[in-house]
Amino acid sequence: MAQIFHPSMNTLSKVSVFGAVFMVLAALWLGGWIQRSPYVTAVSVPREQPVPFSHEHHAAGLGIDCRYCHTSVMDSAFAGIPSTKTCMTCHSQIWKTADALAPVRASWATGVPIRWKRVHDLPDFVYFHHGIHVRNGIGCSTCHGRVNSMPLTWKTETLYMEWCLECHRQPEKFLRPRDRVLDMDWRPPADQIVLGRGLVERLGIAKERLSDCSTCHR
Amino acid sequence: MDDARLDSTAPRRTRLFGCGEGRIWRSLDELAETEEFAAFIRREFPDQAEVWQDPLSRREFLALMAASFGVAGLTGCTRAPDSEIVPYVDPPEQVVPGQALRFATAMPLSGYGRGVLVESHLGRPTKIEGNPDHPASLGATDAILQASILTLYDPDRAKEVLRRGGTSTWGQFVGEVRQSVATFRQRGGRGLRFLTETVTSPTLTRQLRSLLEILPAARWHHYEPITQDSRREASRKAFGRPVNTIYHFDRAARILSLDADFLSVGPASLRAARQFIDARRVRAPLEPPAAGQSASALSMNRLYVIESSPSITGAMADHRLAVRSERVERLAREIAARLGVPIARSETAWTPAEERWIAALVADLRAHPGESVIVPGDFQSTAVHVIAHALNERLGSTALTHVESPEPLATGQLESLSELVREMRAGEVDTLVLLGGNPVLTAPADLDFAEALSRVNLRVHHSLYYDETSFLCHWHVPDTHYLETWSDVCAFDGTVSIIQPLIAPLYGGKSPHQILDLLLDRPETDAGEALREEWRARRGGGGSFDEFWRTALRQGVVAESTLPPVSVRVDPAALEGTAPPASPAGADIEVIFRPDPAIWDGRFANNGWLQELPRPLTKLTWDNAALVSPRTARALGVENERVVDLELRGRTVRAPVWVLPGHPDGSVTLHLGYGRERAGRVGNATEKRGGFNAYRLRTSDAMASGVGLIVRPRAERYRLACTQLHQMLEGPAEDLVHVETIQQFSARAARPLEPSAEARRSMYPEVDTSRGHQWALQIDINACVGCNACVVACQAENNIPVVGKEQVLNAREMHWLRIDTYHAGDPEEQPDTYFEPVPCMHCEKAPCEFVCPVGATTHSSEGLNEMTYNRCVGTRYCSNNCPYKVRRFNFLQYSDLDTPSLQLGRNPDVTVRSRGVMEKCTYCVQRIQRARVDLEELAAARGDAASPQQQLEIHRRMDDRLAALEPACAQACPTRAITFGDLNWKTASGAVSAVKALQMQPHSYALLAELNTQPRTRYLARLVHPNPDLVDPLSWKPGGGREEHPGER
Repeated sequence: MAQIFHPSMNTLSKVSVFGAVFMVLAALWLGGWIQRSPYVTAVSVPREQPVPFSHEHHAAGLGIDCRYCHTSVMDSAFAGIPSTKTCMTCHSQIWKTADALAPVRASWATGVPIRWKRVHDLPDFVYFHHGIHVRNGIGCSTCHGRVNSMPLTWKTETLYMEWCLECHRQPEKFLRPRDRVLDMDWRPPADQIVLGRGLVERLGIAKERLSDCSTCHR
Repeated sequence: MDDARLDSTAPRRTRLFGCGEGRIWRSLDELAETEEFAAFIRREFPDQAEVWQDPLSRREFLALMAASFGVAGLTGCTRAPDSEIVPYVDPPEQVVPGQALRFATAMPLSGYGRGVLVESHLGRPTKIEGNPDHPASLGATDAILQASILTLYDPDRAKEVLRRGGTSTWGQFVGEVRQSVATFRQRGGRGLRFLTETVTSPTLTRQLRSLLEILPAARWHHYEPITQDSRREASRKAFGRPVNTIYHFDRAARILSLDADFLSVGPASLRAARQFIDARRVRAPLEPPAAGQSASALSMNRLYVIESSPSITGAMADHRLAVRSERVERLAREIAARLGVPIARSETAWTPAEERWIAALVADLRAHPGESVIVPGDFQSTAVHVIAHALNERLGSTALTHVESPEPLATGQLESLSELVREMRAGEVDTLVLLGGNPVLTAPADLDFAEALSRVNLRVHHSLYYDETSFLCHWHVPDTHYLETWSDVCAFDGTVSIIQPLIAPLYGGKSPHQILDLLLDRPETDAGEALREEWRARRGGGGSFDEFWRTALRQGVVAESTLPPVSVRVDPAALEGTAPPASPAGADIEVIFRPDPAIWDGRFANNGWLQELPRPLTKLTWDNAALVSPRTARALGVENERVVDLELRGRTVRAPVWVLPGHPDGSVTLHLGYGRERAGRVGNATEKRGGFNAYRLRTSDAMASGVGLIVRPRAERYRLACTQLHQMLEGPAEDLVHVETIQQFSARAARPLEPSAEARRSMYPEVDTSRGHQWALQIDINACVGCNACVVACQAENNIPVVGKEQVLNAREMHWLRIDTYHAGDPEEQPDTYFEPVPCMHCEKAPCEFVCPVGATTHSSEGLNEMTYNRCVGTRYCSNNCPYKVRRFNFLQYSDLDTPSLQLGRNPDVTVRSRGVMEKCTYCVQRIQRARVDLEELAAARGDAASPQQQLEIHRRMDDRLAALEPACAQACPTRAITFGDLNWKTASGAVSAVKALQMQPHSYALLAELNTQPRTRYLARLVHPNPDLVDPLSWKPGGGREEHPGER
């Protein structure tokens, strides 16, 4: 009786059974890779804004303190972005007729707010509190990168939960003294772990509390 | 399943006699041990209706599930949608996004105000809390105050000025009014009438009085359905002038209530509840007395209640007598006469039970002369009030004071309305301006207000909703809600509060002040400015006005506006007059009209939170019913949900019956405010819900009660959504509600109610709870009066949706906190009632945590049982495993995500849950988080502090911050029945936290402790203080417990 299957089928079936495991793993790996790629996370991808605001010019060049615009970053859950009035405190005097600043002047004149495109956003089921992070010694650059060197604004971190947990499980790796929080050039020193543990102790941070679900999700 | 739940026509089984032996029960079915009850106990949702109508074959089901499983998880792999971030253009001062602001204002109800603090997020009020500085609030709120925020955002509120039903504008209204003003002035106001509700606002009073000076022929009438006429008339009769009586329950050791529901009704009810419970709160000292010292005696006050309809006050009574309304006056006369008041008795044959009751009461009052107080009820006759005043004077009671009434009008409201209707019918009224109120619905039926109204040439109605009265008026002007208006109001003791807005009028409403300013021909100004100027003029000179104004707005009270006490004596002539004749034997059935505990007189009918709130004693939602006692129901041949025709003086109304154990025999209670046609989408009565309109039976001679009701049972039934049997705990009720007398408690001394926690071992891993905060809650059943303030507070704070009557019938109501009501004693002979609030227990060994397949419910390191909505897939295994049945599942999309105005009122700190997600009480974790941010800051500062004094000072600030941290339920409670705190905390002075101290009390216990779930939510037993002449305190059992004297306590 004629064989239904060609002998090459033997090889094919062995390869596909053996390979199926790899195929599935490869598919999963691909999924994870895509998920962490800038296409999904928008890391290093500047978003087009109504006004091409340059942090590099304002923060580094002019030396304006972060908190001049982001007023509630130390106290409130929401860091705050500047109102049109804040922009106009300077731009009613300088660059008064610049084309790039036309939307700001229009907003001030009409009372319609500027609709910025949000760069750092967390899902609605995450309740993040800026104030407690900043006060405990997480610097701006730890999460937002070196903003003072960005001509336009982009994310430098994925802001995924796995990334948050890196610090929440081991805060001593990332804490800095409170007076260095605004320092964009700060790098963890060689003895960061020791210093970090000291800070955790002094601030009374309960590490097991940081991994509780209700810390962020409620 | 057919709802023959409570079948009181079934022959009395012998088991029912066993209920005098301390047995606690939830329903008559439980006592009769019917099969229906067993079904309710076994299944959490016994009445499960099929939601999905189309049949699904097994093959299709497996195919769909396989496909879903294959792509499951891919929902996580999405790009976040691009969103915008929009700042202010010119930010308002003090508004910090992410932080809430609080403003003080007051809510007027029945004319009197109660101060509140309102939490506002980004300019939107989201939560109402009590104002600790206001005498009528003392930091607490009730259900109506909590729910008033929903009325602000009600999309069914009137949004535009209407002229003869067609859209108009405020400008056009202004134009017409200004034209008419000249005509009015020419005629001296002839034919112009104003009808308001009860008014105590100094500004409104002044405006109306100015108007009446300019237009001397105009008249100002007042009416609202809960008239309180007997109180006013009695004070005039007894004291010669209108005087308000203020009761000080903190000075009363013996209280007699003559049909007065003072714990839940009235402008001073929050204060009354607090003072009353303060005098009953029992705390055993934590340390035994030192050698040579005797233990300090524990004391409680004693409350006697005579009532004609079951109420919360009756439930808290140590001795209760439920009688027909007309009997209350006879009892009052008898008691007064025996105590030496020169009053005519009425010839009445007392039953042996009543005779013993009266004798014991009289002896008790005589033994405590200065510290006894008699409180007459608003729904009783003038004579009862006069008798109460005379009795209080005779006893020399120090527990009450009198103040001049802040109300400007002295006439009775029924008289005022009747006169107005007479004039309207005679054609003497040309223009009628109705400021608030809904008389077409609420006026006594025999006056036929609607017909009289049709004879008025120009009718202007100013109200919050386009209601029954607006429909018959020419002009309708939308009113402002108290949260969006400038005004002022007096509290029960005359303390004035400025009402300030938290948001600009959402729907372009106007306040009554603005309408009156129009009529006074004043130019239109900013409402806030106008009020400020009004007060500047009222205050005159002396000191900085700005400072005065700022302080008044900040505190919520105007300094030194409390009326001073006046001393009055009862005019002996007031006591003259014949007693009512003896009631004929076998009298007709009496009808009792009462405001609904939740929607009041019907004005809150469109408030979903209040409609869905299970009423304290009946546990009914969405409907009213004809409440009868079990004996009367049997005599009439009716049972639960049977529809009957109620006829009174030729007017008929159709109503379903509800059997309420504890209701007096021979009478029927009807709650007002239902059966409306123009309340809004929530409040309008349909075939399936909304109740019946009891106002149609109410006549001027039967405003509170009337005799001669004819009840005719019909064949059909009407489903009533009652939550009494929902989420019942399986276990003997005597272990769920511990009740004992104060003497039994003292005798038991330090023996706790249950074995200590250490004695129980668990196979689940132990957790170290010695470090960090460990949150716990203690609920004092002795203090809970069942007012439901906590339930609505929780709903407001946590964005809990309203599900509607059909879903409530399926036991799917979403309240995270429920009040379980238990009874004890013979259901036909006035059983006792106990209230037990049940939130999530936050068990240390939580059965729900172990069974979640996706880890959506976990245990935090601080003892909270957490709920993570984004992980929940809706298996509902957790709810299945919960023995307390505190978990609520969103079977359908209950939260209204579309209506824009409702989006404004939600608390932004709490997730709005979608369909398919489990939710439950979180101990208000959002508040805990806010507190922890502050506490961590303070802890760091304490660590850095230079000196021990500084450390101590910071420690004290931490104590304060912790004391201010309480979940919404604890904050709302008028009697402070709920205590929250950290078990591990030690205050600056070394004391343990309040909640820890309570957990160590000998009468502290946990629900279903034998299941070893080790709940963090514990209870304190209820204590009662019966009169030893009536019952032996040491052998007392719940329900009275003595066989030889059934029917009395």
